[in-house]
Amino acid sequence: MTTTEAPFAELLDRVDARLTDAPLTATARALADLQLAEAEDVLEAWLESKGRTPTGDTVEGFRLLALHRQGAKGDPSFNACRETCREIVYLRNVVTEYDGDMPEARHSLRLQSMVVKHLALFVGGKMVEAGLGDFCCSSRPIRHSDAAAAGPTIQGD
Amino acid sequence: MDGGDLKKVAYYPGCALEGTGHAYNRSTKEVGKKLGLDLVELKDWNCCGAMEVKNIDPKIQTYLSARNLTIAEEMGFDKVMAPCNGCYHNLKKAEYDLAHDEKSVEVNARLSQKAGHKTYEAGKVETIHALDWIKKAVGEEELARRVQNSLNGLKVANYYGCMYTRPRHIFPEKDKGPGSESTSKPHFMDDLLAAAGAQNVEFPLKTACCGGAHSLSDSDTSTKLVLNILETAEACGAEVIATECPTCHTGLEMHQVRAEKVLGRKTNVKILYFTQLLGMALGLSAKKVGVQENLSDPRDLLRQKGLG
Repeated sequence: MTTTEAPFAELLDRVDARLTDAPLTATARALADLQLAEAEDVLEAWLESKGRTPTGDTVEGFRLLALHRQGAKGDPSFNACRETCREIVYLRNVVTEYDGDMPEARHSLRLQSMVVKHLALFVGGKMVEAGLGDFCCSSRPIRHSDAAAAGPTIQGD
Repeated sequence: MDGGDLKKVAYYPGCALEGTGHAYNRSTKEVGKKLGLDLVELKDWNCCGAMEVKNIDPKIQTYLSARNLTIAEEMGFDKVMAPCNGCYHNLKKAEYDLAHDEKSVEVNARLSQKAGHKTYEAGKVETIHALDWIKKAVGEEELARRVQNSLNGLKVANYYGCMYTRPRHIFPEKDKGPGSESTSKPHFMDDLLAAAGAQNVEFPLKTACCGGAHSLSDSDTSTKLVLNILETAEACGAEVIATECPTCHTGLEMHQVRAEKVLGRKTNVKILYFTQLLGMALGLSAKKVGVQENLSDPRDLLRQKGLG
């Protein structure tokens, strides 16, 4: 298994590099915003792979949450990363509350890196699986080709 | 949900608790016994439809889950407790579909008739999770009073997985304010383990996907997802990840081993069912709650904490 085979390989390598104890290359606040933007990149890639144009809107002030809502439309299983996205926003907000390179900010930044990594792995996995069918637990049935056109009986949230 | 009517409930263990989740089955029953709660296993229960049937035809999955609800009703129960997140989700979904979707009602009636048993009607039985059961039937205060062997500040990351709270609309009892479970920040397991003396850590991946559905089709992704969950728990200071789903639990344990073998990344955090932790806090031995069945052998840690 090599990381270069997976979707978002470069992003994952960057996140891994940040998870070392090396000195911060920018302010904690700038890095928190950068990681938020990287999470947006992941969801943009998901939407584009589905032939959709990523929204520029925001939800509760954050584009990431709007992108997630857009990405989950018609695909209830995508909601498995809803809280992951909210945690990325929450941790970004925690980091911005600290002034400068404090241990608390570093800790939250590190956790934010790990949550972004999770998002990239989850969405990347779904993109790989998309070629085979959607096997996630709350997904629409893979053998009902008309289900997508008719819309799921139950809309997940 | 009134605590009084939860002292004796129907029990739907589901297939996983008879296999890989055996320790969860065992510890759930032992904890119930210790707390004076009565579990009556459904007679002749069947698979809830899990992921396999659902992916082929969700209406058949609804029927399979509904048949278990019919059995509970016929045994005189209005509550059935399902400790597995997958079973819990499917039974809740069947309840919802049969209350809101005519086609599901029709298919369920047709299959029930063909199988020769009563057709389940929506609203007769409520499915609850093991967390609901202990939280509502006993509660933190009473639980804390019964603790004989405190978890003694054991640092725990509570991992709920992605099925316990999703999709929100099939869990009408959640998100109802104080005392109810939250779908965005679940806390029932945190509450119970804190009452037993654990020190819960802030854990940002408590509802994140463990890749359970990918385990066979894309095991490398599952391993990476699990490794990230384990490393994040460790970064949060956790000594233990508490689980409440046999699929998540097995996935965490198996991919912890696989991550070390395939990726050379070793993690030391131990994985235990919340019922195993509660059982030991209530004075049950580690053996009684099936700790020896866990892959991530926690016995040294438990001994250090006086729980072995």
